[in-house]
Amino acid sequence: MLTIKNIDVFYGKIHAVRRASLHVRRGEIVALIGGNGAGKTTLLSTVSGLLRPAAGNIVFDGQEITRLGADRIVRAGISHVPEGRLVFKPLSVEDNLLLGSYHRFSFKLKQEITEDMEAIYSMFPVLKERRKQPAGTLSGGEQQMLAIGRALMARPKVLLLDEPGMGLAPNITQEIFKHIVSLRDKFGLTVLLVEQNARSALKIADRGYVLETGRIVLQGPAEELLQNKDVQRAYLGRDITDQVEISNE
Amino acid sequence: MYWQQEYECMDREELEILQLERLQATLNRVRKNVPFYRSRFESLGLEPEDIRTLDDFKQLPFTTKDDLRANYPYGLFAVPLREVVRLQASSGTTGKPTVVGYSRNDIRRWSNLVARILVAGGVTREDLVQIAFGYGLFTGGFGFHYGAEAIGASVIPVSSGGTRRQIFIMQDYRTTALVCTPSYALYLADTMEEMGININSLCLRWGLFGGEAWSEAMRQEIQDRLKIVATDNYGISEVMGPGIAGECQEQNGLHINEDHFLAEIINPETGQPVEPGEIGELVLTTLTKEAFPVIRFRTGDLTRLITDPCPCGRTFYRLNRILGRTDDMIIIRGVNVFPGQIESILLEIEGTRPHYQIVLDREEHLDRATLLVEANEALLSDRMRETQELVGRIRKRLASELGVTFEVKLVEPKSLKSCGDKQKLVIDKRNF
Repeated sequence: MLTIKNIDVFYGKIHAVRRASLHVRRGEIVALIGGNGAGKTTLLSTVSGLLRPAAGNIVFDGQEITRLGADRIVRAGISHVPEGRLVFKPLSVEDNLLLGSYHRFSFKLKQEITEDMEAIYSMFPVLKERRKQPAGTLSGGEQQMLAIGRALMARPKVLLLDEPGMGLAPNITQEIFKHIVSLRDKFGLTVLLVEQNARSALKIADRGYVLETGRIVLQGPAEELLQNKDVQRAYLGRDITDQVEISNE
Repeated sequence: MYWQQEYECMDREELEILQLERLQATLNRVRKNVPFYRSRFESLGLEPEDIRTLDDFKQLPFTTKDDLRANYPYGLFAVPLREVVRLQASSGTTGKPTVVGYSRNDIRRWSNLVARILVAGGVTREDLVQIAFGYGLFTGGFGFHYGAEAIGASVIPVSSGGTRRQIFIMQDYRTTALVCTPSYALYLADTMEEMGININSLCLRWGLFGGEAWSEAMRQEIQDRLKIVATDNYGISEVMGPGIAGECQEQNGLHINEDHFLAEIINPETGQPVEPGEIGELVLTTLTKEAFPVIRFRTGDLTRLITDPCPCGRTFYRLNRILGRTDDMIIIRGVNVFPGQIESILLEIEGTRPHYQIVLDREEHLDRATLLVEANEALLSDRMRETQELVGRIRKRLASELGVTFEVKLVEPKSLKSCGDKQKLVIDKRNF
């Protein structure tokens, strides 16, 4: 559904992504993991048209989107939930959501947009409770839900999620991840997920790619990556079985 | 029947994307972790980034058996040894075998790939699979064992040899699938006839044969005599073992597991790719192996690529049955032997370079290997007993180092025919 082939992206002078290729099939959750500065966010921003690749191409649903503007890419069906959520803090929750449908807003569609908003409220009831509050007064987890809801208002086929668990308490992160899975299961949404928290990301993902200094060094089914010692050492921290090994030594 | 249909019947376009992604990840990893490949990239002034298509990949040099030997034992491993959960070995040209390591993920993938081959050959979880390949460092036994277990079939790990015992087990345990070399299958058929066993009383249905080259005529004979469906499969220890390619029920070429291996066919002399469909040497690259990846490994096996779609629904291209070797390697009862290995053993025992000749033929469908050694001054002894002792010593050394029993004969000096200045080392009278 989304195929990225041999893209090179420069961030200023830094060669941030080197000849990366990856693909996401319809209905899949694909995790992109890697340390700080590995190029994960750069790669995601390139897909959503915020950055331009120096080489390579991106094909979405059979259409080349490599050089399209970000707005055209949203219209094509790719929504990006940015790192740090970036909700419009002074605006109300409802206005934030409405902004997500900005590109398709017209009075004729008002009914449809209201229905979409209701659907999001029923998924995240807490947003409905606070729909008149300024977004800045929400907790981190609620803001994340809002950011996801805002992206969904564009009726995307693919959701790009950048560090949805960042700065959240572990149990809140789990809740957000559960919502991501149900988005896929209930609405058939395809998800490309960037995460530093590799273990939780790989637990919900079907497949994963490991980025290291801009290069993809590993890829495969998520359960295999969880088993891979390189991944364990670099991104998962110590496993319980490792602890046992050490105490045996 | 498929084992992993989503891969085995994959759209070719998607497959190529997957291959490219996996290839690039593999190249990045070997560049980082294996000094041998890193220095190759550096001496060519290449970065893994420069490989953008499967065609660019052809700029990379081949890896040969000599390269593997030069890095014996662990030089080409891409992970630290503590992450390796299994070591297997393959024979090398001078006696030192190549050590091949597997990580936990490698073992799981290997099992699944062999399971694909077994399922394509007809095996299901209901089957009782008798594995008559040698267990041990040789990849055949354990490779099939894990694959059959992955399916959920009942595995009977008899290992090689003990023909009568194999037959008793086959009768009493009601074996339904047999895994061994094709020549051993015929030997089993012979022995059963000798023992007066009615083949129709056996439960045997499937036969998966590999480890040596065989012919369509041999397949017919095996199928007729053992009343089974016989399929061919291909593996090579340096690359992984069994599980690289195998036939489906169409019995018309071996599907390569292309999502895990990249296969090229080259002209063995020029190293250039042959025209599609022409015969050449098979070159393999692993796309997913963690512990022991190989890049463009020259297998020495001659075959051709079949790209026509297969009625079975698998989209993987097929290999023609193996047509021969590009080097002097000979396969005796499924064991790979290089004349060089024999020479170095003789050299050690005699202290001089002897003239010798290997004669291969078949006796009751089993390979028989005879080693003729020209007696020179050093070998000639007046006393009969000493000569016999010497012959015994040679035979023992060959058996323990190569794993093949040779009949050793001393012959008159200068009695071995030499053609030109190079005498013919191997005379192969076997009919495949």
